[in-house]
Amino acid sequence: MAGYLARRFLLMILTLFGISVIIFVLLRLVPGNIADILFDSAGMINPVEKKQIERELGLDRPIAVQYAHWIGGLLEGDLGYSYKSERPAIEEIAPRIPITAKLAALALAFSVLLGVPLGVVSAVRQNSALDYVLRVISLSGLSMPAFWLGLLILMAFVSAFGTIPIYTDPPQSPWDELLLLSVPAAAVGFRSSALIMRLTRSAMLEVLRQDYIRTARAKGASERTVNYHHALRNAILPLVTVIGIEAAFLIGGLIVTETVFNIPGVARFLVEAIRWRDYPIVQNLVMFIALIVVVANFIVDLLYAVLDPRIRYAR
Amino acid sequence: MRRPFHACVTVGCLAGAVLFVAAAQAAEPKHGGILKLYHRESPGSASIHEEATYSTNVPFMPVFNNLVIYDQHVAQNSLQSIVPELAASWAWGKDNTELTFRLRQGVKWHDGNPFTSKDVKCTIDMLMGKSSAKFRKNPRENWYQNVAEITTNGDYEAVFHLKRPQPALLALLASGYSPIYPCHVSPADMRQHPIGTGPFKFVEWKQNESIKLTRNPDYWKRGRPYLDGIEFTIISNRSTAMLAFIAGRLDMTFPTEVSIPLLKDVAAQAPQAVCKLAPLNVSTNIILNRDTPPFNNPAIRRALALTLDRKAFVDILSEGKADIGASMLPPPEGVWGMPKKMLETITGYGPDVAKNRAEARALMEQQGYGPDKRLNIKVSTRNLAVYRDPAVILIDQLKEIYIDGELEPVETGSWFAKVARKDYVIGLNLTGNSVDDPDQNFYENYACGSERNYTQYCNKELEARFDQQSIETDIEKRKKLVWDIDKQLQEDVARPILFHGRQATCWQPYVKGVTVMVNSSYNGYRYEDLWLDK
Repeated sequence: MAGYLARRFLLMILTLFGISVIIFVLLRLVPGNIADILFDSAGMINPVEKKQIERELGLDRPIAVQYAHWIGGLLEGDLGYSYKSERPAIEEIAPRIPITAKLAALALAFSVLLGVPLGVVSAVRQNSALDYVLRVISLSGLSMPAFWLGLLILMAFVSAFGTIPIYTDPPQSPWDELLLLSVPAAAVGFRSSALIMRLTRSAMLEVLRQDYIRTARAKGASERTVNYHHALRNAILPLVTVIGIEAAFLIGGLIVTETVFNIPGVARFLVEAIRWRDYPIVQNLVMFIALIVVVANFIVDLLYAVLDPRIRYAR
Repeated sequence: MRRPFHACVTVGCLAGAVLFVAAAQAAEPKHGGILKLYHRESPGSASIHEEATYSTNVPFMPVFNNLVIYDQHVAQNSLQSIVPELAASWAWGKDNTELTFRLRQGVKWHDGNPFTSKDVKCTIDMLMGKSSAKFRKNPRENWYQNVAEITTNGDYEAVFHLKRPQPALLALLASGYSPIYPCHVSPADMRQHPIGTGPFKFVEWKQNESIKLTRNPDYWKRGRPYLDGIEFTIISNRSTAMLAFIAGRLDMTFPTEVSIPLLKDVAAQAPQAVCKLAPLNVSTNIILNRDTPPFNNPAIRRALALTLDRKAFVDILSEGKADIGASMLPPPEGVWGMPKKMLETITGYGPDVAKNRAEARALMEQQGYGPDKRLNIKVSTRNLAVYRDPAVILIDQLKEIYIDGELEPVETGSWFAKVARKDYVIGLNLTGNSVDDPDQNFYENYACGSERNYTQYCNKELEARFDQQSIETDIEKRKKLVWDIDKQLQEDVARPILFHGRQATCWQPYVKGVTVMVNSSYNGYRYEDLWLDK
């Protein structure tokens, strides 16, 4: 186990290194840099002033030097300065992380709490009217774009309650915050819940046909015990993988949702930073998200062993 | 019978008096309250002098003062509507080549330092590129190309020495783009934490989140501003922003940000809202690469001018609510636009589109093109809907003269670099004029060597006429000169103008004192006279 952990840890470092190179190079392949975008709002380009800005920001140096400068700073905890706000990147990024983290956690909780029970019900009552209704709901969840659903929710709130659940001022209490974030979390979590529900249903259907389920029933176990203790426990393994992957995909959904609900989180901030070619913000944020995804996958791998005692990692 | 009549008269008089008093009280501006509006984006910086977008003007104009300003209660900006601000008065002298400003005394910067003539000098010197402190970018340097130098006479007098007379310099100085900056604050600090003398002090700017201003209690204008503060919530999604306004979460929309279709939504869902549709003084136009085929050929340029059906653009894109004009904004809102009768004499502006296109086809055939030999070109434009949509209509209209256009959407970040390299054949562009004055428009967009003259159209003879109109002090005479120049620009197909757009601003009925400028979307945001009746 210790060897496996060490190997996984090394792999994590290698993955992060690979991501850092890819994001660094990709960003510079995108046409235009911060100087171009700054001049975009001036409606012209002054070559002399543009060169001066590039020199000040170190963009005229060889790309390898720029990369080394960034990674060197990152290892020392120096994330550099935002090109746009001219403030330390950490000061721009740090206050936004908790907002997105809370939103993502709420969305994930929503998708699991809705998706798993409904998937179980759908499987247990296979081909019933309820099953058909739930399958239609899950299909619509998978096919509905998050921004469209978000806008529909906002329009419904405005026409039904004459108010709009968007972020214009910082919430005054944790309860206010929970209320404010729950609507966008539901909007973004709906798609994930649909996926989880469908996967739970198919995994459960497979497990419910196994001999040990028949044995459990023959032993007189209640339906509830059969479904939740014996079947769900064995069906949940592929779900854990999917939930891990969905956590990463949520970031994509959050970009749209944060924009529609005007939530000042990192996802929306990342898009703006890309638009402005604010390299220090984009690079550090992508690295942060990559770190989260890599760690989440690592935890999922460990969870396999916890959830299924038959799994033991080879040396 | 008489008694009841008298009673009625008395009751009527009393009721009338009560109503009169109530009306008078209602009209009396009230102090207090925070004005809440949305901002369409997080602007590039807070430094008005370094930006050329009203995304910066709107939130930061209330922080500053100019020497002179367009009267914020007069919708049409003109030389006649200019009033003093940091200058208590001004006077022209020495053959109209000296402009002397007597400055207001006792004015303080928001950090407590006194405002003096040194601040005027250092601001203009910086704009002219003459000072050691430099702007990171200086998009309006050419506004001051006729200024030889600024001198000061004590702390409260500044003199602009001009190379030649230029009455319209005042028009440029009255723009929202002409605030006076403090000498003691660096350009870098002004980008993030602006210090001004204006009615509101800068509080904070959270990127992508909000911009907050608070009342300046030491404002030099007694009793102003009425508001305690202004808060801009940055909402980049326009649908969300409009819904927030409709739901009553915001007092006002971002100025001139409500398109024609959205205006209908607001009217239907928030009928109490007050909306004003006005020209932006932003033209949608075509840029041609005059150095390479096919548009290095004057006959093909003329054919292009003849094929344009401007009314179709206006009808399709803005439901008929945009204006057809030449380079200067057309009347009645535009001060310098030529009369309709004259406009229709310009090539391609005549109402008989079929006849124009027949002439255009004949020109193309003379150049060897026809139904069997069509010209293939790329139509480049920024990858934004407001650019793409008219480009698609343009491509459709080019088909009429044997030109098959292919849309080339260009990512915003590389658009101006591409245009500056002249790496295009034909492009669809938008041009905003911050001041409705020929000096701003002609020198900026059509003068030889100007950075914003994207096509690098250069006509020295016409440029001499730019100077001629600039010197002219008689407005009616100047208008005629301007019309002739504008007509020539269109005949030369310098930058064919398709239309001048209009958009609306909406506010809740309790927001009072709003004046939407009708010939510029850059100059009307001092907000010192706005108040909330609630």
